[in-house]
Amino acid sequence: MKLNKGRANFGSNRAREESPFIKMHVTNLVRYKPDISNCNQKSKEQNKKKYERLFLILSGAVIGLLNGFFGGGGGMVCVPILEKVLKLDNKHAHATAIAVILPISLISAFIYVYNGYLESFPLLIVGGGVLAGGVLGSYALKVLPPKAIRIIFAIVMFAGGIKLIF
Amino acid sequence: MVLFGFAAGIFGGLGMGGGTLLIPLLTIFLGLDQKLSQGINLITFLVMALIAIIIHYKNGYIATKGIVYIVLSGIIFSAIGALVAGILPSKVLRIAFGVFLCVLSVIELFKVLKK
Repeated sequence: MKLNKGRANFGSNRAREESPFIKMHVTNLVRYKPDISNCNQKSKEQNKKKYERLFLILSGAVIGLLNGFFGGGGGMVCVPILEKVLKLDNKHAHATAIAVILPISLISAFIYVYNGYLESFPLLIVGGGVLAGGVLGSYALKVLPPKAIRIIFAIVMFAGGIKLIF
Repeated sequence: MVLFGFAAGIFGGLGMGGGTLLIPLLTIFLGLDQKLSQGINLITFLVMALIAIIIHYKNGYIATKGIVYIVLSGIIFSAIGALVAGILPSKVLRIAFGVFLCVLSVIELFKVLKK
């Protein structure tokens, strides 16, 4: 009689609360729930890290290809990637981009020199200027260039690009 | 030439594309071969970057977390890029570089104006 009643009310809330069998499972579920969510969170974080790593490797490939192919310009691609993926602020991204490009440039520089694309005369003269400017620019990073300079820089670059195409 | 290098060096030290400035300056105004100016840019950048990194490191601007992945794959692919550039004729490279510059400058312009 009691059993029948229990079965008849199996679907109702009251039965679910009362039945020891179901109660056990519900409590088990509740007991294990935190573990499961914890697990999910962990794997989600791991997945996120995996994707981040994969993205970093892919962007490294793009930066490397561009920098090797064009002999420069990888830094300009690198800065926004560092800002977005590694969440670096502007100054850190600019400085770190140089550190990323240095070893990358080293390899392609070797290949350019090996292929004979180097003349000592322009190298020495231009190199001297670049060095002096580089030191000045490094100290100037404390005060990043204002908007106007960056806009002019972009426009000059665009004009240069058009000139090179035609 | 010294002036061009100086201007490019400032932007290079700032980490905002010294090479993208130096290469067109060398090819357009001094008439250097595209590959030669790319080679010169790479070499001058190496020395300049080393000094710039030391200064930035002292200022605490260099982040190291996670950059290993970029650097490692970057090294492999830069070798591939440089080898391909060595095979292609300078004229093709020059046009490709022009397109690259235009794209970069448009992105840069959007970035600056968006802020």
